[in-house]
Parts: sequence; structure tokens; C-alpha cells
Amino acid sequence: MLKIDNLTASVGGTQILNGISLTVNAGEVHAIMGPNGSGKSTLAQVLAGHPAYEVTGGTVTFQGADLLDMDPEVRAQHGVFLAFQYPIEIPGVTNAYFLRAAYNEIRKAKGLDEVDPMDFLDLMSDRLKLVEMDEAMLQRSVNAGFSGGEKKRNEILQMAVLDPTLAILDETDSGLDIDALRIVAHGVNALKKPTNATIVVTHYQRLLNHIVPDHVHVLAAGRIIKSGGKELALELEARGYDWVLEEAGLATGAHA
Amino acid sequence: MSTDIEALVNREYQYGFVSDIAADTVAPGLSEDVVALISRKKDEPQWLLDWRLKAYRRWLTMKEPHWPNVTYPPIDYQGTSYYSAPKSVKPLQSLDEVDPELLRTYEKLGIPLNEQKMLSGVAVDAIFDSVSVGTTMKTELRKHGVIFCSFTEAVHEFPDLVQKYLGSVVPYSDNFFAALNSAVFSDGSFCYVPKGVRCPMELSTYFRINAAETGQFERTLLVADEGAYVSYLEGCTAPKRSTNQLHAAVVELVALDGATIKYSTVQNWYAGDKDGVGGIYNFVTKRGKAMKGSKISWTQVETGSAITWKYPSVILQGDDSTGEFYSVAVVNNRQQADTGTKMIHVGRNTKSTIVSKGISAGRGQNSYRGKVHVLPKAEHARNYTQCDSMLVGNACGAHTFPYIEVENKTATLEHEASTSKIGEDQIFYLKQRGLSAEQAVSMIVSGFCREVFKELPMEFALEAQQLLGITLEGSVG
Ligand SMILES: Nc1ncnc2c1ncn2[C@@H]1O[C@H](COP(=O)(O)OP(=O)(O)OP(=O)(O)O)[C@@H](O)[C@H]1O
Ligand SMILES: [Mg+2]
Repeated sequence: MLKIDNLTASVGGTQILNGISLTVNAGEVHAIMGPNGSGKSTLAQVLAGHPAYEVTGGTVTFQGADLLDMDPEVRAQHGVFLAFQYPIEIPGVTNAYFLRAAYNEIRKAKGLDEVDPMDFLDLMSDRLKLVEMDEAMLQRSVNAGFSGGEKKRNEILQMAVLDPTLAILDETDSGLDIDALRIVAHGVNALKKPTNATIVVTHYQRLLNHIVPDHVHVLAAGRIIKSGGKELALELEARGYDWVLEEAGLATGAHA
Repeated sequence: MSTDIEALVNREYQYGFVSDIAADTVAPGLSEDVVALISRKKDEPQWLLDWRLKAYRRWLTMKEPHWPNVTYPPIDYQGTSYYSAPKSVKPLQSLDEVDPELLRTYEKLGIPLNEQKMLSGVAVDAIFDSVSVGTTMKTELRKHGVIFCSFTEAVHEFPDLVQKYLGSVVPYSDNFFAALNSAVFSDGSFCYVPKGVRCPMELSTYFRINAAETGQFERTLLVADEGAYVSYLEGCTAPKRSTNQLHAAVVELVALDGATIKYSTVQNWYAGDKDGVGGIYNFVTKRGKAMKGSKISWTQVETGSAITWKYPSVILQGDDSTGEFYSVAVVNNRQQADTGTKMIHVGRNTKSTIVSKGISAGRGQNSYRGKVHVLPKAEHARNYTQCDSMLVGNACGAHTFPYIEVENKTATLEHEASTSKIGEDQIFYLKQRGLSAEQAVSMIVSGFCREVFKELPMEFALEAQQLLGITLEGSVG
């Protein structure tokens, strides 16, 4: 589904990604871990097409098409979804209005009819249940005044509504309380299908107890320096990153 | 991100067409003779001519104001024509007699004048250049005792009402442009809602400037008698021309005891091109007088004009009266706006609310200028002011000039202000959810303006939101 080949990217003239290669197949869950500042969010933003990041080399193929050639909204319409590490506030625009606009754009791109507000509300009430969120959230402005945890849950609500083919969750677990973590993980699992895939960026093994990855990758200094199965995450949890960094010939203790 | 935005920015002004209509236009220049000529063309009573002449003589002694935060080359008042009327507008018995080209013009503007085609619930008075070309739903309104007609018609049919209230809120001596308007105004709308009547439909005036080198000077007078209610909408468009045209209107609102007037404007005069060539100079005086327990609410969405100079105000004359001002002003390219309000608290327990949203894009300059004045007798007056600016890009400007004068210690005033920038991150976030750049910008901006839009009647709110989108398209990059 997704094939990243030797991807390099820079921001503000500084090279951050130094040749990333990664293949994600339909039905898989990949976890990306790594020290602060190693480039995890950069990778996520580059895949989503943030204009501040410049791709300097490599290719990304998504469902056979050149992903890097698409505008961000076209990527979204093709099913790429990014749950932001820091979700953005849009004051004055209700969650309901925003979500319906997004939902309809994606439907239009697929050649489907727009849904009217009533039908959309039905869909919403179902999706809200999945992430155990209150209806009242729909009438609040997008992320404005939301607590850190509410913002993260709102990202998963959006994911549940937009039903992406490839979901990239950038530290969605950070800032969630224990119950919320379980709810979010449950939501992500419920959305899993053989035809879609998930990349979870996380620092903590505890999320991976709920969302069990097929592959775990360690990203450091803008490269994937080690890949393994779900047991790699446990090992990292127990031993930290130094040993992997050493194996890769990188200076240790390079936490930002 | 900027290529699709470029294309959008350069999108044509939709209402910029010129209609080919035979017009009766007075030669440029202003003198007592011209004032008298206008009055004669309209077959006016002597008192009105006298009033015009007093205004003209006063105007001669006044200087054009230069305190607004706008710049423009000197206006040649002798180079402007002060009267232009579509030739066919003699006394019309029905809309069928209106020049079909004129009806087509209004159709293009999306304003149906044909009564059969009227959306139920809105009565329209259409002002073409200086003259009212037709008022719809008159008969229906008359059943309720509501008078809604052109100003000229009102002068003939309801001279007492006109004479009683004309200039009672904005005297001819009020300011330079109001004096000019008083001398040469050619038409406008008049509305009177009798005691205790709730006007059964929205009233609406559409202004259209068509002729070149013509100033437009219309006058609106709206009186809501005791306990009456009326909601009034005003829309404006003009053709694209490379010369600047002067629009100096006066609007007077009178809310008698316990009455409510809601006055909404969506102003979309031609704004000039992206280099600032052409466009309307919109120098308008709007003011309401609120008597005991009454309420006057101004809502404006200002997207057009090269220059906007406009301060819809309320004199809170009666005890327990309320004044409101909800404003969205957008400037893009080379547009300049200096707009705001004045709330003059005269009576006791008077209350005013000001919500101003200024959006600046391109090289636009947007100034909020507002005055809250609490007079000595205004016990327990309250004002809440919220004044927010949003910047789109780096070449634009937002300025705020609040003036507060409090002469009574029991007053409570609250003022909040903010300036924000539309961020690349906000746009990206929305694009990541599948929305285009233009949808993203218009969604962010309408969110910013939400408090104001929700004051507009439904049909207008949608129109305003779309206009905003069009005005700002291509402004991010
Ligand atoms: N817009 C930017 N301007 C300048 N530097 C940036 C920008 N975005 C990221 N960087 C730098 O790129 C590096 C990688 O950042 P990134 O956010 O991808 O790290 P991360 O792996 O997601 O870290 P964390 O675990 O803390 O979220 C950091 O050194 C960061 O400071
Ligand atoms: Mg990160």
C-alpha cells in the first residue's frame, strides 16, 4: 500500500530525514519509535504534505501512485489521514460543520453524493459512541479550548468519521489518561480492516499493548536504524535506546 | 500552495458588468442651480428645496475630513455628476413598465423584482444609480400599515412623516459628506412601521451604481413607531470602472419607545483592481436614534469598495434603550477601510454592544474606529466592546482606534481586543482533512466572524459567507 524509498527531507534548510525506506502493506500496523527530535513527526508531516517540509530525495508510492506529487488535500481524499501530535485550533468553526465539510469533500473525490446534515448526524452519533465522546463536542469549535487529551480524542473521532486507508497517528497516546488511552486504542482497533493500514508513532509500550503492531521501527537521526516485531518495543521499554544507537554507530545520549 | 491561490485572487468581480440603459444625466458640477435642478426634476415641495439649499450652503463652508486612516487623491467635486436616472423612470404604475434591460440587470444580480417571482418574505426596493426603480410587495405591506417606498414617492405621498423625521438623526450640518448628501440626494428608500406592528417580512434595498462619473447620494429614512419591529437588509454592487466613484449615502433610523430596528448591510461595491485602480469611495453616514426601551442593531459585512468610511452609530436617547453594532470588514489587495461605530449613551440604563471583526489581506489596510460616550445623566450605562483583527499574509495592516469618554461614574465598560494571524498550520490542518485551500481560508475566516454572521438573517448570512470567501480567495500564499 505504502512504499517509502530512500526518502530525504529538510525543513528551514536543515536536513532532517536522511534516507527512510519503509513498506507498509494493507492490514498491517507499524509502530515507529525513537528519541525526541529524531524525525518521527517530520516523517508524518512529509507523508501528509506539509508545505514547510521540503522533500530533497527519494520516492513515496501510495496505492501505486506518486504520493509526493499530490497536494495535501488530494492525499487526504485518497485516504491518507494524519492524527496530529499537536492538533490545530479553528475558533468559531464547529466540529460538526468541519467534519461534514471534510467528509463530503472526501466523498466527492470518490464520486459519491454529499450527505445532508441529518444523515450526517446519524453517522456522527454512531462514531461518537466508538470513541465515547459526548454529542456536545460536535457543537464546540474545532479543538478550541479543548484539553490536551480531548484534542487527541477529537483526532480519533475525525479518523473514525473519515475512515482512512492509511492512518498515521503521531503520539496520539501522549496526554491521554488511562481510560482515554484504552478508549482510543479500542477505537483504532475497531477501525482496522484488511484493506487499511496504521502507522503509530509512540514513545510508550503501553499503547502497543492495546494496538498490537506487526512491525516496530526505531527512527534515529532521520533514519530507520532498527526494525523488528512487537517484542522490539518491549525490549526498548526495558533497555532504552542507547544500545540500538550504538549498534547503528550513532552517538548515544543524543536526546533533544 | 500559491498557484491555485493566485488564480483565485485574480478572479473577476462578479458584478462588474455595465448595463446599457438610456440615462438622464446632469452635467458634472455642483452649484445652487444644480441643487435646484435636482429638486425640480423630482417635483419637490419648497420646504425640501430650502432644506437642500441650506445644506449646500453649509457644505461650502466645510472641509473634507482627513482624520480617517485612509489615503486617496483629492476628489474633484466639480468633475462629478450629481444626478443620473434611467430614462424610463417617469411615474411608473407597475413593474411591467420598467425598462426590461433594467430588470435583466437586477436578475443578473440575483434580485428578482418581478412580484410573481418574489421569494415570499422579502420586499425589495431597488435603487439604480440615483433613482428607485421599483419596490415590490407594497400592497401586501400596506395591509399591515407598513409604508415602504422610494424616498421620492414618500416626499409626495407622506410629506408630513418625511418632514418630521428627515434630518432628525443626521442633521444636514452633521459632517461634510452628510451635508453634500443632503444637498444633492436623489432618491433612496423610506420606511414607516406603525405603532405596535411587527413588519411581516424582511425589507430590503439593493443599490446599484451603473453610470460612469456619477456620484451616488441616496438617503434612507426608517421610522419604527412605538413597539414596532422591522428587519431591514441593504445590498450594494457597482460595475468595474477604472475611475473612482463617490458614494455618499445617509441612513437615518428612528426607533420610538419600545421599537426594534435591525439593520443589516452586505456591502459589495466594486473594490478596484488588485493594483488599486478604480473602485467606489464609500463615505457613508449611518445613525439611529433609540428612544425609551427601544433597540437598534446594526450588522454590517463590508467586503467591497476601494475606501470605506463608515460608522453606523446609535444615540441611546431614551432610558433602557439598547444599541448594537456587529461588523465584519474585509480588505484585500489595495482596499482601505476605516470603520466602526459610535455609541452615545444619553439615557439611564442604556446598554451597547460592539463586536468588530476586521480581516486584512493582500496590501489592505483595515482600521477599527469606535467611540463610546457616556453622558452625565446616563446612570448605569453599560458597554461591551470586542474588537478582533485577523491578518492574512504579511503586507496588510490592522489598526484600532478606540475612544472612550465617560462622564458618569456608574458606567460599566468592558473592552476586549485581539489580533491573530491566519496560520499556514491551520490551513494545512484543514487540507489534511480533504478541504481545498480556498475552503480552508473561508472556513477559518467565517469561524472568526461567526458572532457577527449569526446576527444576519439566514439568506444574508450565507451570501455574506460566500462573499467573504470570494474576497479572500488567493490571499494566502
Ligand atoms: N519547522 C521546523 N523548523 C525547524 N526545525 C524543525 C522544524 N520541524 C522539526 N524541526 C527539527 O527537526 C527535528 C526532528 O523533529 P521531529 O518533530 O520530527 O521530531 P520527533 O521525532 O517527532 O520528536 P518528538 O518525539 O519530540 O515528537 C528536530 O530537531 C526539530 O527541532
Ligand atoms: Mg514528534
